[in-house]
Amino acid sequence: MQKKIATREAYGNALAEIGEDTRIVVMDADLSKSTKTEVFRKKYPERFFNMGIAEANMMSAAAGLASCGKVVFASTFAMFAAGRAFEQVRNSICYPALNVKIGASHAGLTVGEDGASHQVIEDISLMRSIPNMIVISPADAVEARQATIAASKIDGPVYLRLSRLAVPVLFDESTYKFELGKGVTLSEGTDVTIISTGYMTGKAVEAVEQLKSQGISARLVNIHTIKPIDKDIIIKAAKETGAIVTCEEHTVMGGFGSAVAEVLIENYPVPVKMVGVQDKFGKSGKPDELIKMYGLTAEDIVNKAKEAIALKKA
Amino acid sequence: MNEDQIKELKKCSVILRKHIIEQVYNAQSGHPGGSLSCADIITVLYFNVMRVDPKNPQWEDRDRFVLSKGHCSPALYAALAEKGFFPKEELPKFRRIDSFLEGHPSMRYVPGVDMSTGSLGQGISAAVGMAIAGKIDNKDSNVYALIGDGETQEGQVWEALMAAAHYKLDNLIVFLDHNHLQIDGNISDVMSPEPVEEKFKAFGWKVVAINGHDHLQIIEAINEAKKSKGKPTMIVAETIKGKGVSFMENEAGWHGVAPDREQAEKAKAELDAVLAGMEV
Repeated sequence: MQKKIATREAYGNALAEIGEDTRIVVMDADLSKSTKTEVFRKKYPERFFNMGIAEANMMSAAAGLASCGKVVFASTFAMFAAGRAFEQVRNSICYPALNVKIGASHAGLTVGEDGASHQVIEDISLMRSIPNMIVISPADAVEARQATIAASKIDGPVYLRLSRLAVPVLFDESTYKFELGKGVTLSEGTDVTIISTGYMTGKAVEAVEQLKSQGISARLVNIHTIKPIDKDIIIKAAKETGAIVTCEEHTVMGGFGSAVAEVLIENYPVPVKMVGVQDKFGKSGKPDELIKMYGLTAEDIVNKAKEAIALKKA
Repeated sequence: MNEDQIKELKKCSVILRKHIIEQVYNAQSGHPGGSLSCADIITVLYFNVMRVDPKNPQWEDRDRFVLSKGHCSPALYAALAEKGFFPKEELPKFRRIDSFLEGHPSMRYVPGVDMSTGSLGQGISAAVGMAIAGKIDNKDSNVYALIGDGETQEGQVWEALMAAAHYKLDNLIVFLDHNHLQIDGNISDVMSPEPVEEKFKAFGWKVVAINGHDHLQIIEAINEAKKSKGKPTMIVAETIKGKGVSFMENEAGWHGVAPDREQAEKAKAELDAVLAGMEV
C-alpha cells in the first residue's frame, strides 16, 4: 500500500520545521486544526496569532506585519483566502508586494462531504491574475514541504494551494529537489503530454500506466509553480509530442489549463484537451465519488489523451 | 506645549490645506473635503508627535502612520513633502502619469508612506498587523491610523477593532475623522454607524473624544492614549468636512470634486488671509 499524506499536513509540519527563523509569524482564521498550522502554534505560540473567523482582517493584518519585516504565513481554507479575502490579498498584499505567504488548504472538490460552499474551484484563476503573486500547487507531501520552505525564502507574496485529502506520496524526499518555476518530467513519452498540477498529478500517473498498456506513449509533466509557469517545458512538450492534456482539480475557466494554453497559443499551438471542472459547482460526497462525477479520474485523462491525439492526426 | 508651538502647528495646517487645494486643482481630480477635515490631525502627527526620519523613511524603530482613508492622500502628501520626505515640487504632479504621487498612497512609490491604502477598511487592519509586530519585537514605537466615519460602514473595520482589543494593542492609536459626510450625503442618512463612541467602547477600546481641529486637544488626546495599558485607543475627532475653505465646509458635494480655477483662487486667498492674520 502506497503511503498517503495530505499536502496540508506537510505544510503544517514544514512551518514548525522552519519556525526557528524568528521572522516567521503564522496566522490562522480559526482553522488551525484543519490547516495544520497548529503544529507551528504548539512549538512557537508566541509567533502564532489566531485572528478568528475574520479573513479580510487577517490578510490586511498579515500585510502590516510583513511591512515590519516579518515573514508571514496566513492560513485558512482556500475558499476564504482566495474568495472572501480576494481584494485584501490584491490590495493589501500583492499591490505593495509584501512578504505574505497564503497557506490555502482544502482547495478543490476533494474537500468532499462539506460540499460546494467549501470546494473552491476558482482560486487558481483568481490568484494567478494578480500581479506580483506567485502561485504554487504541490502534488504530494514531499513537494508541499519543499514548496513551503522555498516560499519562506521568497521576498514577496505566494499562494500555496493545499488539499484536505491524504494523497499518495509520489516523490522521494531524499532525491526530490523543488525548483521554483520549473516543471518536473515524471515520465518520458512521444504521443502526447499530460501536464498536471496538484492532486491531479496522482491521477495522471495512473493514466500514463493505462495509456502505456494500450500502446500509447504519454509524457507526464507535473507543474507545481503555476505562476510563473515553466514555458520551456510546455513548449518542448508541444514540439516533441504534438498534443497536450491539462489536468486540474479546478474549473477549466481561467485556471491551470488556461495558463498552459496561454503559453501554447503564443508560442507553439497544438491540440489541447482540458481535464477539469466544467463550469459547475461541486456537491457533497466522498472525494472518489466526486472525482468520478466531475470527470477527473485517470480514465477521463486517458480519454482526453486519445481525443487530443486524434485532433493531432486530423 | 507653549503658545508659539501651537501657533506654528496651526500655520503648518494652513500650509497643508493650501497644498491640498493646489494638488486637487492641478490634477482636476481628487478628494478635497476629507483631506481638509483631517489636515490638523496629520499636522500634529508629523510635526509634533511621530518619531520619523525623512532621511531614513524605512527606519525600523519609527512610529508608523496608516492613512486608512487613502483617498485623502493630498493631506498626507502635503505633510510628507513639508517634512522633507520628497521635494515639494512633486506635489503639483499629483495623480499625473509622470509622478509617483498615486491617487491613493502607495508605499512602494512614495517615500514616507508606511502602507498602501485606498480600499476602505483595509488600512486599519494593516495597522493592527504593524502593532502586533511591534509587540512581538518589544518596540517602544507606536502605530497611528486614521479612518473615516463613512469607512466604519466596512465590516472589516470592526474585525480590526475586535482583533486590536483581543491582542491588547496599546501601541495602536486610531483617529476617527468624524466629519459626518460621505459621497452620497450625511452618514446617518446613508448608513448610520452611530453611536460610534459607545460602539468603540463596547469593542474594548479606550475612547477619547475631541475637537479634531484643535491642535492642543489632539496632542493631549495622544498623550492620554499613550498612557493606556492593555487597550488600543480610538480618538473620536469631531471635524468639519472641507474645513478651512468656506464654500467647501460641510458640503458632501466636495468629497471628490476638484475646484475650478476661480474656486481654487478663492480657496487659496482665504487660506492666505488666515496665514497673514497669524503673522500679525
